[in-house]
Amino acid sequence: MNITTFIIVSVIKTALVLFVLLTAVAYTVWLERKVVGHMQNRWGPTRVGPFGLLQPAADGIKFLFKEDLTPPHVYKPLYIAAPMLAVIFAVTSIAVIPFGNWFSVGNFRTPFQITDVNIGLLVVLGITSLGVYGVALSGWSSNSKYSLLGGLRASAQMVSYEIALGLSLVGVLILAGTFSLRGIVEAQAGHFWGFIPNWFIFRGGQFVAFFIYLTAAYAETNRIPFDLPEAETELVAGYHTEYSAMKFAMFFMAEYANMITVACLASLLFLGGWSGPLFGPSWLQQLLPLLWFFLRVFGFLFVYIWVRGTLPRFRYDQLMAFGWKFLLPLAIANLVVTALVVVLKP
Amino acid sequence: MPDNDFVRSYLPLLIHFLLAGALAGALVLLSWLIGYRKPTRAKMSPYECGMTPIGDARARFSVKFYMVAMLFILFDVEAVFLYPWAIILKDLKRMGQGLFGLSEMFVYIGIVLVGYWYIWKKGALDWGLTISSPQAARITRVTRSGGSSQEPEPELVGVAGKGGL
Repeated sequence: MNITTFIIVSVIKTALVLFVLLTAVAYTVWLERKVVGHMQNRWGPTRVGPFGLLQPAADGIKFLFKEDLTPPHVYKPLYIAAPMLAVIFAVTSIAVIPFGNWFSVGNFRTPFQITDVNIGLLVVLGITSLGVYGVALSGWSSNSKYSLLGGLRASAQMVSYEIALGLSLVGVLILAGTFSLRGIVEAQAGHFWGFIPNWFIFRGGQFVAFFIYLTAAYAETNRIPFDLPEAETELVAGYHTEYSAMKFAMFFMAEYANMITVACLASLLFLGGWSGPLFGPSWLQQLLPLLWFFLRVFGFLFVYIWVRGTLPRFRYDQLMAFGWKFLLPLAIANLVVTALVVVLKP
Repeated sequence: MPDNDFVRSYLPLLIHFLLAGALAGALVLLSWLIGYRKPTRAKMSPYECGMTPIGDARARFSVKFYMVAMLFILFDVEAVFLYPWAIILKDLKRMGQGLFGLSEMFVYIGIVLVGYWYIWKKGALDWGLTISSPQAARITRVTRSGGSSQEPEPELVGVAGKGGL
């Protein structure tokens, strides 16, 4: 493949992935409204299209036509840059996520992934942790008290839980021995005891790591029960109080895109990625891994919504104590035990 | 150039980044172009639940937030040190150096844990009204004895505790 073809293929793949991601974001919002609605004995969106399925499109158009307010008291460059940063970092980390195995038509062969970087996990962690800039800058540049408090809370919370999140993955790295996300999935192939899949969640006490990762990820994405940054009863809307129209929607897009990245990463690191039964003709065998992967991601997104419909919000001191005094020592203990087991096991 | 592994793995990432930037820019621009505008004085003031805003938002805020940022850097650096070690631990074991790798890293984790114990005892991780640092407790005692004859409100004690850090 020469460089021109390579670039064209990359652009096509990227455009496709961005399109799918944004559609997924829109329909995750729909799913959330629908599921939470049913959990609260309501119907959720029903008016636009069958089962309200066109609601995301209607919302998108409405966001475009709403008044795009830029109040005079804000610091304009950062006020405009903040939602853009949030969206850019949220959708960029998907670039190194593998969605499935290889795809080949005739001579042409490409992985279901934009790029297989050999430090894939580090790239995801690095880019998602840049997302805190969008939140912190929007809170500061809005020059409003609620925004400032929300931005401060959000940045403190996100950096606190990032430590537990980062340390919880060390156990997986010890077992897999690679940063490449594709390599981590390949390390989970096969079964033990004849029937249990070799997923990391079942191995070497990584269930604890899975719990820490999921909890910390909920806090990273500012979701209930950790949605302190936008606690509407105290802070109106937190860091995006002063935003309207599409800029407001962009923070939402970033939040849901981050949720999807977390769901992808959890499936890849703990649940064996795209592994699943393969059967049928060769084209079906190529596409089935995508289906198994998307089913796992959907499962995680559903749990996100389920948790939102079930749990109340933490208090701020409880939130900080939980992150620093419980999850952090637990993550360190987990990695110490995993290292001991790996080295001492004959 | 396409044979270069580095370019091959990172060029798509750059392309993705640029496309994402274009998308974000287009969204902001579109909404700015076709959204209607009818500013009023009330709309243009900072949102404070319908009240006239009091003072500026550039107020002082708790030093705790700076503290969390500093602690974050310390512990994140720890994670960064742990990652390469985690990657090669199995290789070390294969070469018969497993216990060496283990003990080296455990000494490091031990040192970090001593620091962790220190900040915990100092109360750097406490955000509520709990007072655990000796300094804060002393200030509380002073407040209790040197203040008015009345017992101070629990909230006031908490505030004193926070300031003592």
